[in-house]
Amino acid sequence: MNGNHSFVSVRDLHKSFHGHQVLKGVNLHVESHELTVIIGPSGGGKSTFLRCINCLEIFDQGTVVVGDIQLERSSRQSRLDRAFYDTARRLRNSVGMVFQSFNLFPHLTALENITKAPVVVKNTPKKEAEEQAMALLEKVGLSSHAHYYPFQLSGGQQQRAAIARALAMSPQVMLYDEPTSALDPGLVEEVLAVMRKLNEEGMTQIVVTHRMQFAREVAHKMAYFDDGQIVEVSVPERMFTSPADERTKRFLKRFL
Amino acid sequence: MCNRCSLSALLLLFSASLFSQTLDKPPLRWGGDAEGGAPYSFPDPRDPSKIIGYEVDLVAALAAEMNRQPEFVQNQWDGLVPGLQRGNYDIIVSGLEITLDRQQEISFSDPYYITFEQLTVRQETDDIHSLADCSGKTVGTLKFSLADRILHAQPNVDVRSYEGDVTVYEDLANRRLDAVLMDHPIAIYYGKPKTKLKLVGAPISRMQYGIGVRKEDSDLLAEVNRALKSISDEGKLREILDRWGLWNDLMAQHLHDNRPATVPASEYEAYLKTIKVSRKPEERLRQYLGYLPLLGKGAVITVELSIVSMFWAVVIGLLVTLVRLYLPRPISKIAVLYVEIMRGTPLLLQLFFIFYGLPNVGIKLAPFLAAVIGLGLNYAAYEAELYRAGIQSIPHTQMEAALALGMTRAQAVRHIILPQAVRFVIPPVTNDFIALLKDSSLVSVITMVELTKVYGQLAATYYDYFGIGILAAAMYLLIGLPFVRLSRLAERHFNYQGRTPVKAPAN
Repeated sequence: MNGNHSFVSVRDLHKSFHGHQVLKGVNLHVESHELTVIIGPSGGGKSTFLRCINCLEIFDQGTVVVGDIQLERSSRQSRLDRAFYDTARRLRNSVGMVFQSFNLFPHLTALENITKAPVVVKNTPKKEAEEQAMALLEKVGLSSHAHYYPFQLSGGQQQRAAIARALAMSPQVMLYDEPTSALDPGLVEEVLAVMRKLNEEGMTQIVVTHRMQFAREVAHKMAYFDDGQIVEVSVPERMFTSPADERTKRFLKRFL
Repeated sequence: MCNRCSLSALLLLFSASLFSQTLDKPPLRWGGDAEGGAPYSFPDPRDPSKIIGYEVDLVAALAAEMNRQPEFVQNQWDGLVPGLQRGNYDIIVSGLEITLDRQQEISFSDPYYITFEQLTVRQETDDIHSLADCSGKTVGTLKFSLADRILHAQPNVDVRSYEGDVTVYEDLANRRLDAVLMDHPIAIYYGKPKTKLKLVGAPISRMQYGIGVRKEDSDLLAEVNRALKSISDEGKLREILDRWGLWNDLMAQHLHDNRPATVPASEYEAYLKTIKVSRKPEERLRQYLGYLPLLGKGAVITVELSIVSMFWAVVIGLLVTLVRLYLPRPISKIAVLYVEIMRGTPLLLQLFFIFYGLPNVGIKLAPFLAAVIGLGLNYAAYEAELYRAGIQSIPHTQMEAALALGMTRAQAVRHIILPQAVRFVIPPVTNDFIALLKDSSLVSVITMVELTKVYGQLAATYYDYFGIGILAAAMYLLIGLPFVRLSRLAERHFNYQGRTPVKAPAN
């Protein structure tokens, strides 16, 4: 197992868009090597929450900690200084992100998609990056498709390549924003299988998904997210059988 | 020993020639427009690479008197005065009338030729004999000329102002005009030889051609006047005018010279012969082949200019786009302003401004450099807009994916956004290059002699806007084709969707 997978701790996270409060003080602690599934109704702010953890959105207030990197912003801090952005960048570099719509680079092959960031960002020698990329493609079951362009791959294959691409930067945490929602039903399992495999290897993962079966089988913890807040956190068994909050109960009823 | 002798002798000779050269006066650079046509200065129909004309002979006689070598500098006619002030040449000799307006700007020598305006009509026209008869008629003339002003002062005349001499008389013959009013020399060279046309009426007005000199060059002016006086006194001026068939009563009065012609009008006869000759097809073909070297020279200038200008347009355009899209507000607004100014003002104005305007603030650019800067900066604005459209057509999720992988914005633009945008941008950029190739013909206004200018000169000389026009057009097409082809290849290169997988799918 890989040793350098960190815990993630989020405290009192706030974010508004044009006066509309999307995150209203979110708290979440994820132990290292754990897989946490976040569920909740659409439009509740789950995506924004993930995007704040890797700083694709800059939160208005709160604290995000990943391992030994701590990014903090108080409500009084309106102008951001260089130190903040430096920390934000370091934070982003230790977090991998997988998008609902894969977002592979269409002009690059699967292999080049994976090697691009290490070569550009970390100055990894091309040959070394390619060897590493081939190993990652092997891991996600795509070694025979290394030289395919994204448009030549199925949705499931594209998403697996996207996971390999994120892993190439050796993140300490992986975030997934509804990774299987854009897939045909038959292609979902191959993507979930990769996440299961990473879980067995001890990767810290936070997954926003509606796949309850997957959550029940794999998640160490589940969080119910509604109206800009995390309403309830518990182990899957308890979440499914006896949720504490009325809203959680109502939401889960639709899936069971 | 002997070797040494010859070496030192050679050295002596060399330094002597160097010495004598420094003693020589600098060449007398004179500005004129060879597209202005006969009889002023125009390409010799027998050898179009040579410029002839009564003004060429005049300058040669003046220069000999002044102990200087004449050197012709081509300049668009309506830009002759600014060109002089810019220092492109020392004097203007190009049928320039001495007018009060022009005397505000430059000094004039004593008149070297005095002439008048001449009416020309079609053979069958019998109701036009004077300016007064022109009422209600359509009359053509040359832009910015005295005739132009005279016609505009006439009530009820529909005036058409033309750029070139040949075309005015063509249009009269083709019935687009009822009459033409032009300087008499032009009338006898372009109107009179046409069998369909005739010169009518008495001389109208009176005009004096003078040699233009910069106001501050009073020594040069005095020297020119002295030389002019001595060639007049020696009868050399009379001889030149006789040879070109230009001697008239006004000149006789002016120089108190009432003798009959001193020499035959040999140059005028030679001119008439070249334009009246009807050629057999194979002769005509041989004649067209003869134009190719000159047109080719113009084409080389056009290609050089277009490629260098486009290179800078592509590079500067990219910079402008990146500044506009990715830099913070006050700076990005400068890029917006740049694009709006460059797109919002005519290229012709920009060229004039760069070439004739900038010397006012001490920036004097060589014609080629000024042309490249003008075309390059102008097209950069258009390229910038193309790039912007190309970049903005890439979904923003691509930028997010790159940022999520730890790339900086600059790295994302360089490695992810631009390579994808290139594909969309190649066809319109090629299109712009073809447009630039053609727009480069505008630089003739800043003294560049490129393909279209050569066409204009040759056509004016040979009375042939048709055949030479087809030849020049074919050259533009030939120049453009390789670039269209190149762009297709580049497009294919960047089109990843056309590629096939390297390995067959597993299973």
